[in-house]
Amino acid sequence: MPAGSNLEAVLSAGRFAVTAELGPPKGTNLSVVERKAEILRHCCDAVNLTDNQTAIVRMSSLACAIHLRRLGLDPVMQMTCRDRNRLALQSDVLGAAGAGVRNFLCLSGDHQQFGNHPGAKNVFDLDSIQLIQVLAGMRDTRRFQGGDEFTGDIPMFIGAAANPFADPLPYRVVRLAKKVRAGANFVQTQAVFDLEIFGRWMAQVRARGLHEQVAIMAGIVPLKSVGTARYMRDYVSGIVVPDAIIARMEDAADPKAEGMAIAVELIDAAREIPGVRGVHIMAVGWEEVVPILAERAGLLPRPLI
Amino acid sequence: MIVAQQKPLEDIRQMARGFRRLLVLGCGTCTTICFAGGEKEVGLLATSLRSVLGQEIEIEEAVVQRQCEWEFLDQVGEAVGRAEAVLSLGCGVGVQGIGERYPGVVVLPGLNTAFMGLTEAPGIWGERCMACGDCLLHRTGGICPVARCAKSLLNGPCGGVQDGHCEISPENPCAWVLIYDRLMQQGRLEQLEEIIPVRDWKASHSGGPRRIVRPDLREMVEEEV
Repeated sequence: MPAGSNLEAVLSAGRFAVTAELGPPKGTNLSVVERKAEILRHCCDAVNLTDNQTAIVRMSSLACAIHLRRLGLDPVMQMTCRDRNRLALQSDVLGAAGAGVRNFLCLSGDHQQFGNHPGAKNVFDLDSIQLIQVLAGMRDTRRFQGGDEFTGDIPMFIGAAANPFADPLPYRVVRLAKKVRAGANFVQTQAVFDLEIFGRWMAQVRARGLHEQVAIMAGIVPLKSVGTARYMRDYVSGIVVPDAIIARMEDAADPKAEGMAIAVELIDAAREIPGVRGVHIMAVGWEEVVPILAERAGLLPRPLI
Repeated sequence: MIVAQQKPLEDIRQMARGFRRLLVLGCGTCTTICFAGGEKEVGLLATSLRSVLGQEIEIEEAVVQRQCEWEFLDQVGEAVGRAEAVLSLGCGVGVQGIGERYPGVVVLPGLNTAFMGLTEAPGIWGERCMACGDCLLHRTGGICPVARCAKSLLNGPCGGVQDGHCEISPENPCAWVLIYDRLMQQGRLEQLEEIIPVRDWKASHSGGPRRIVRPDLREMVEEEV
């Protein structure tokens, strides 16, 4: 059953898709969301709303996704298993679906230790793969995980994350296969900096035929400074930043320009890899860069389907 | 075993202040083995308390084989009777066992009960089981992701693994890397392809405090009576 989201339409039409991340505000001001939405409106097919990313409390992805829908954008509502159990997750899905949200991204969630409430109790009633199963079950059988029926349509385009760069590397494709079997329709990867590891992973993905069952979008993080690059290499688990990229950022007279150049090169390279069907740009508070990258990578204008 | 750790002396001093007769009661099983509440620790703590609380308090020392069994608790009835408060160096079960056997006496916890685990090396203990009530170790290479993964993930490692350790600490090995290595060693990696479905957590603490009643044993007891 088609979910009817713009992202789904672009991918189904065989076009190279672009999504971008929008970080909700640490406060009540929806105009922040509106400002960022206008920056992203014409340069991507759908916008991800992060769900208390890095375990820092922000405006909910549910509220922001509904707001974006009203502004006429196609939201991807991110949902983590860290903060909510199966009751809360399913209830949020009903609310979002009722308000026209069609794309849902199922995540484990960063551990609360990294955020601003390190003393919180986490939930993890479900894991991300089980969350995909629960959502697919709701969509396909119109029943909750607990078995009860509910009323109304619930068209969903279900997303998953994948990290080709985390240990154990040979297991990563197996995990993707499980997510596909659980019912994922699209996948957004962790930030790609190391094309060699990414290329090897994609080869394993193709060997299993997974690229034909799920739309894989390569994660792109534009680097703002050498400090950001080093921070990601040293402190963000599961991200690999090769020395060559660090060196380029170190030597750059204009680090922002160099970061953009690297991002465009990564987008170009990812596009050349068979089975990669889009990019997901995570600008982490630097949303203004997204239209520039999309323009330079030749991804504009976005298709109207 | 149940692994526990002594509370800071200052916390214990605050709890014990104001009582005139205190029994420091150790436990001869788990907390003895993890060097938190055996005979030696009872002696050391009693000495420290005498020095910080001075003449105002009279401290008696004892150790029972297990604070979680009535027959052993019954052996210290007289000592408990002489005390205004019992400072237990057993786990949380022991503290409550004393309270249930001797409801008139104040019981103070001298330890923080940490987890169910084993001695990884001398002086190092690690968690192994969370008593979720529905063991799935046969599906995970004999390594428990519920207890050993910081997110209790049942279907493989999250994206935060680096150099084999968990994102929350370089000292925490990633449970799923351990599971992967174990299954590889056993030639059973295909197990990781299976999806472990949504769990029924009723058997865990989520289903409320747990209790086991064994009718076969109950019948034997009733026949004897």
